[in-house]
Amino acid sequence: MKRIYLDHAATTCLDSRVKAAMEPFWRKNFGNASSIHKEGCDARNALSLSRKAVASLISASPDEIIFTNGGTESDNLAIFGVANQYKKGRIIASKIEHHAVLNPCEELEKQGFDVTYLNVDRSGIVDLRELKNSLRKDTILISIMYANNEIGAIQPIREIAKIIREFRKQNPNPAFFPFFHTDAVQAAGYLDLNVQRLGVDLMSVNASKIYGPKGIGFLYVRRGVKISPLIFGGGQERGLRPGTENVAGIAGLSKALEISREEQPKESKRLVVLRDYLAGNILEKIPGSVLNGHPTLRLPNNVNVTISSVEGESLVLYLDAQGIACSTGSACTSSSLEPSHVITALGKSEEDAHCSVRFTLGRETQRKDIDYLLEILPEIVEKLRKVSAIT
Amino acid sequence: MNKEWIYSETVKKNFFNPRNILLREPKPGEFDAEGMVGNPACGDVMKMWFKIDPKTQRIKKLKWRTFGCASAIASTSMFSQMVAGKGGMKLEDALKITPNDIMKRLGGLPSYKIHCSVLADQAFKMAAENYRKKRKTES
Repeated sequence: MKRIYLDHAATTCLDSRVKAAMEPFWRKNFGNASSIHKEGCDARNALSLSRKAVASLISASPDEIIFTNGGTESDNLAIFGVANQYKKGRIIASKIEHHAVLNPCEELEKQGFDVTYLNVDRSGIVDLRELKNSLRKDTILISIMYANNEIGAIQPIREIAKIIREFRKQNPNPAFFPFFHTDAVQAAGYLDLNVQRLGVDLMSVNASKIYGPKGIGFLYVRRGVKISPLIFGGGQERGLRPGTENVAGIAGLSKALEISREEQPKESKRLVVLRDYLAGNILEKIPGSVLNGHPTLRLPNNVNVTISSVEGESLVLYLDAQGIACSTGSACTSSSLEPSHVITALGKSEEDAHCSVRFTLGRETQRKDIDYLLEILPEIVEKLRKVSAIT
Repeated sequence: MNKEWIYSETVKKNFFNPRNILLREPKPGEFDAEGMVGNPACGDVMKMWFKIDPKTQRIKKLKWRTFGCASAIASTSMFSQMVAGKGGMKLEDALKITPNDIMKRLGGLPSYKIHCSVLADQAFKMAAENYRKKRKTES
């Protein structure tokens, strides 16, 4: 059976150009970038080229890029990195952050930090006034995701950065906190990543959501922002992320970011059309369906709908059996029974959260794929509604 | 216990083609008892009905309907076949079936999905309780 993959927010396949860019580093140029011999120098040069390329793609300096093993590690390094540096203080995060941000925040609460969780409005956007009012002199970090993984809601990052900059000006302190971290893992393929324009101090990016390899990502750390490492070892990555560098992965990350930056404007335009076509048709064809998240301030590839009385996991399994891969909210929470914290943060009921399903489109998604989904979805919904008709 | 996020073939079979599901409201007198447990807010509700053969005292028909996940659907489908299949079980024997028994017959469930198999058990116990109460008032 032909498979139609509509779960690109979970992960993407490896672009063949990225694979080719990684090829030399498995057998030919395999050296350890810390060695002084030729093999080591070759690896170090490759690493340095990749770092420069990544930095220039987001308008940063090479020394502001810390390679990590992915999004979760980057988020952890940003949050614990700042918290461990300053030992105490207040942290602000939104209620719809990824668990890679929320769980470190909860851990820090146990350690005595104060964490404020900001509400979002019905469409999933953070309230800037609430943010402004939550800032205190002892606030050390604000972590707000660029675009949400479940509902694709895009946050006003530049406005948030501006508020924080102004607060810093009015409340000067020797460390220049609070710092602004954004989890840009979902945004990286589709939105502006220029850190100067965005005004962020820390930014997490991951290769596996942008057609790069799994197990590699980076944290952008603005010059002057001091963070503590989470692991200790050799001095790699300025001592902030020791361990032999994953040169093949880093070359892949660099290539993936380059391609996605290049193709982003055209690809975003193409996907917005498909996204709105899919969402519009679901809402029209399936009674009792609602779009979760903002209609336009959302990622070009994200459709998240609640289909009343249709349990999300059952729908995913039925679609899977008919060749379509999609997910309930976040792949990371499908192993837990908790209703999505993102959908409930929109003011929806837990029942609505259990009935939500996410389709995330990608480079290989064509209109005929969407048409096939739209053809089989109403029948499956009808069948599941019969099974689950509890009144 | 299946620690991985994988459903066994038996689970899938019972999920895609659930047995003994009642897709309409029961007719008057069609069943001897009804039980319902769960809460839609938690993402799981289970309704169950059964009919006991007055001569043999065995459960000759057991039907159910759920707003639940794949595990709940598969578990209850399996439970209904255990109870009402092969001439049916006696009520007291059927009450001895544990969620663990259902799970074994399914070839395991992911560990965090075990509570879904409890729904069938609880709805059945509720129905049995209602049946006993009804018998008491009738006699």
